[in-house]
Amino acid sequence: MIPAAFEYYRPKDMEGVLAILEEHGDDARVMAGGHSLIPMMKLRMAEVPHLIDLQDVEGLSGITVADTIRIGAMTTQNALINDAALEAAAPILKEAALQIADPQVRYMGTLGGNVANGDPGNDMPGLMQCLDATFHLVGPEGERDVSARDFYEAAYMTDREDEEVLTAVSFPAPQGGFAYEKQKRKIGDYATAAAAVQIVKDGGTCTGAQIAMTNLSDTPIYSEEASEALVGTSVDDAAIKAAIDAMLGDIDPTEDNRGPIAFKKHVAGVILRRAIERAWSRA
Amino acid sequence: MKDDVTREDRIGALGGMGCERKRVEDARFTQGQGNYLDDVKLPGMLFGDFVRSPYAHARIKSINTDAAMAIDGVIAVLTAEDLAPLNLHWMPTLAGDKQMVLADGKVLFQGQEVAFVVAEDRYIAADAVELVEVDYEEMPVITDPYEALTSDVVLREDLDPKADGAHGPRDHHNHIFKWEVGDETATNQVMDDAEVVAEETMYYHRTHPCPLETCGSVASMDKVNGKLTLWGTFQAPHVVRTVASLLSGIEEHNIRVIAPDIGGGFGNKVGVYPGYVCSIVASIVTGKPVKWVEDRMENLMSTAFARDYWMKGKISATKDGKITGLHCHVTADHGAFDACADPSKYPAGFMNICTGSYDIPTAYLGVDGVYTNKAPGGVSYRCSFRVTEAVYFIERMIEVLAIELDMDPAELRMKNFISKEQFPYQAPLGWEYDSGDYHTAWEKALETVDYKGLRAEQAQRIEDFKAGKTRKLMGIGLTFFTEIVGAGPVKNCDILGMGMFDSCEIRIHPTGSAIARLGTISQGQGHATTFAQILATEIGLPSDSITIEEGDTDTAPYGLGTYGSRSTPVAGAATALAGRKIRAKAQMIAAYLLEVHDDDVEFDVDRFVVKGAPEKFKTMKEIAYAAYNQAIPGVEPGLEAVSYYDPPNMTYPFGAYVCVMDIDVDTGVPEIRRFYALDDCGTRINPMIIEGQVHGGLTEALAVALGQEIAYDKLGNVKTGTLMDFFLPTAWEVPNYETDYTVTPSPHHPIGAKGVGESPHVGGVPCFSNAVHDAFKAFGLRQSHMPHDHWRIWKTANDLGLHD
Ligand SMILES: Cc1cc2nc3c(=O)[nH]c(=O)nc-3n(C[C@H](O)[C@H](O)[C@H](O)COP(=O)(O)OP(=O)(O)OC[C@H]3O[C@@H](n4cnc5c(N)ncnc54)[C@H](O)[C@@H]3O)c2cc1C
Repeated sequence: MIPAAFEYYRPKDMEGVLAILEEHGDDARVMAGGHSLIPMMKLRMAEVPHLIDLQDVEGLSGITVADTIRIGAMTTQNALINDAALEAAAPILKEAALQIADPQVRYMGTLGGNVANGDPGNDMPGLMQCLDATFHLVGPEGERDVSARDFYEAAYMTDREDEEVLTAVSFPAPQGGFAYEKQKRKIGDYATAAAAVQIVKDGGTCTGAQIAMTNLSDTPIYSEEASEALVGTSVDDAAIKAAIDAMLGDIDPTEDNRGPIAFKKHVAGVILRRAIERAWSRA
Repeated sequence: MKDDVTREDRIGALGGMGCERKRVEDARFTQGQGNYLDDVKLPGMLFGDFVRSPYAHARIKSINTDAAMAIDGVIAVLTAEDLAPLNLHWMPTLAGDKQMVLADGKVLFQGQEVAFVVAEDRYIAADAVELVEVDYEEMPVITDPYEALTSDVVLREDLDPKADGAHGPRDHHNHIFKWEVGDETATNQVMDDAEVVAEETMYYHRTHPCPLETCGSVASMDKVNGKLTLWGTFQAPHVVRTVASLLSGIEEHNIRVIAPDIGGGFGNKVGVYPGYVCSIVASIVTGKPVKWVEDRMENLMSTAFARDYWMKGKISATKDGKITGLHCHVTADHGAFDACADPSKYPAGFMNICTGSYDIPTAYLGVDGVYTNKAPGGVSYRCSFRVTEAVYFIERMIEVLAIELDMDPAELRMKNFISKEQFPYQAPLGWEYDSGDYHTAWEKALETVDYKGLRAEQAQRIEDFKAGKTRKLMGIGLTFFTEIVGAGPVKNCDILGMGMFDSCEIRIHPTGSAIARLGTISQGQGHATTFAQILATEIGLPSDSITIEEGDTDTAPYGLGTYGSRSTPVAGAATALAGRKIRAKAQMIAAYLLEVHDDDVEFDVDRFVVKGAPEKFKTMKEIAYAAYNQAIPGVEPGLEAVSYYDPPNMTYPFGAYVCVMDIDVDTGVPEIRRFYALDDCGTRINPMIIEGQVHGGLTEALAVALGQEIAYDKLGNVKTGTLMDFFLPTAWEVPNYETDYTVTPSPHHPIGAKGVGESPHVGGVPCFSNAVHDAFKAFGLRQSHMPHDHWRIWKTANDLGLHD
């Protein structure tokens, strides 16, 4: 559990970061909270000869709440939990962040690191897909925006180029009821299955729904069909069943120590049902 | 002399036995001032790191160390070839087998030590490990002990397949031993004649003690004076010294072994590991101190697993539930080398306590030890030797028999307990239980939890479940356990030939304070606190004035160490008896000072008083002073004593546990609603420490029962090698524990104490497991193997059709 030797950089601005990235290509990597990257380096699963610590770079953290909510990449998971304006505008972030790891990890781990990492176990990517977030990237060619729903390609493979840095995420202030439901084996564990749900209710009818699942494929899964299965219904048992069936068609879990595929699919259905019911009750 | 303090005040001022003295160790530990192995830093110290095998079974065709040696700062890369001339490429195990220190021609488990890199810096050592090129040729892997016993693949090519092993004849080249206790013919006869027989097979999965501090050592060979100093994470430092001397040829007086503070042991630190041997050799070769500390993954995959027992049982009874016989057969997976930490004559430890707390007239136990391509070990993880396996076995068999008889399992236990009058009780598989009052403890437990009420609630829950009103089932887990601890009588217990006595040496200082040194070593049990309490009561000096020291073989008397809950039963007894020797001499001094005959004074709390004239007395403090400043005719100056204690018998703590659990049938998530633990450990030295030990043991029991395992895939890869997958519970997963007690002192122990550190683990595992089983009992479940993690519980529900 000792990493290979690496150079450590701590630039003060984005130009400095980009310059190092350009010079060393995929031999260089940025580090945010380090709570995914450092364990990988210690296991020598990630070799990073040039490590760029982002913590002194100006302007990468902070939460702005308006019609569009913008969160700097270096904002810690702990900050997401303790921001009153964010809690009022988008309470699902707190509910989800509280289910990530433990307080020590959350003091260090950042939203940007969590979504840029590309580990299907991370909780924020699915949540960002549910919220239809936009990821703001900057690179040698300038700035660029990517939808969270288009960002993930495979495990640890994203649309981000090696020389690009994520600066912030933004998303429209969510409407209606919400729930982040996660089953895990213990504190500090990644999800056996997790669901992020936002539902809008008008009268007794669902007028909008957004559903995304975590750790049930090699990327987070935004299930368009599952979301649509709820719209126009009273979110009764039949509608929930339809949403679950649609979701099960979209996920592709693999067997690991958390259990075999049949178990994961079953739990995914149970977790989604609970998330929908809770979100609906809050809508 | 005027004395207006009451006798109660004087007792209170001692801080002796029975009081809730705060742990004296904690001030240090909670402020980060402990001194652990990794805190040992010596000038010029080098660092060792292992090249380990990625394969579970492979021939080693070549090892090339050139690239590693080329790095600046790399001093040496040791392989078996380098150790062979010293005859240190293999080492004896505690179980009478031998184990490779560094791979000799082949590897037999994933993570096996292949080469030892020695470098000036820990980081350089890690880099060099990556550069050692080992050419492997993969061989067929066996991870299933049943397959091992029929396979043509010879795992241990170094052994003559026809020769006897350390425990007698071997049936097959992958067979290690057969151990049999009891009368099989008679037991089979009882089964044949029985009105009811219940049979079951259960797998007690492989797991690991996983102490927070991993294993490590620092060896420092002083070539000028010929002395070797060895610091290490040792639960038995004196035995390590003897073994190190026998292996290295260095005379024992030239070896000093020091076990500093130990960050948890739970059995992991009883054995002798290749890392210790390599650090010693490296220090001898380089003349510099060499440190080796394993990381978490190395700890989980290579040092000391626990359990891995396949247990087949048959239990017979009359129709009305009187048990008549028990048959048990174990297929024991010992991994690549038999490195079990058991007393020599007990290759399956004290598994023959498997008749439990019940009066079973006829029984038989057979154990077959088997080699596989898994890590060696077989330590007693927070239990006396294999007692957890034994108690799990009988407590599951009782539940299965209750199903067969359609009888309440609490009632079945009550009906078969050994009764109070039967003690000392001769068990059919060889042990003599010292004392017990099981009926009283069981009644107290059932009453406290309102057992009848719980069963009524459960019946209602089942109705509600069937009616679709709830998706949660309720399980009531019961366990009544009897431990066998305090190994043990030298006549039948030894480790590598060393009798399992223990020792205490006391020196009283002139001003009435004292130091006591013991052959044991605390790893969190609080010895510095409790042993001082025993002494305070025995010698009448306050516990706060008594220092307890352990772990340095140059100063402490020889002892066999701390595991198997043996410290209080054995070293605690030695402490009390050494204290009594001090008191005997103090009596002579007091009599002289008071100018009366020796027989005319008697001990009273903290002083000797003249019989019938309590106003005439000498305090122990005064006596201590007199021992050093008075010429007393016929009495040597000074006040010291040493006692080596060979226990006449084991001690047999027992307890009654009840767990109430709710299980989400759809997700497989269990929730512990209540856990009640009644422990009887005989005389209670410090109730607060007992409670802490019970909490810790139950938490490790919860871990093992509900998720903790060392699992392998078919290729022998360890699947659970990090704490992400190896379940180590946190405060979050742990329920509130209710503790309770009865007191049945041990009749043969000087202060009646039986030991408690491991009871909660031994009783806890079956209790959690029985709760899971009990929840599904009404739907037809008889047996499902641990660990009961989410998916396995879910699968149980699924197999029973509860998701349809
Ligand atoms: C014990 C433990 C339990 C955990 N449990 C969970 C859990 O349940 N759920 C969960 O979601 N996470 C969990 N995590 C992960 C944790 O939340 C991490 O902190 C998070 O995944 C990564 O954030 P970070 O800031 O630490 O990123 P880092 O580790 O610093 O970086 C992660 C990756 O993202 C890249 N990166 C970081 N920032 C940027 C950026 N601005 N632009 C481009 N690339 C960037 C890095 O180069 C690296 O490849 C756990 C971690 C631990 C140690």
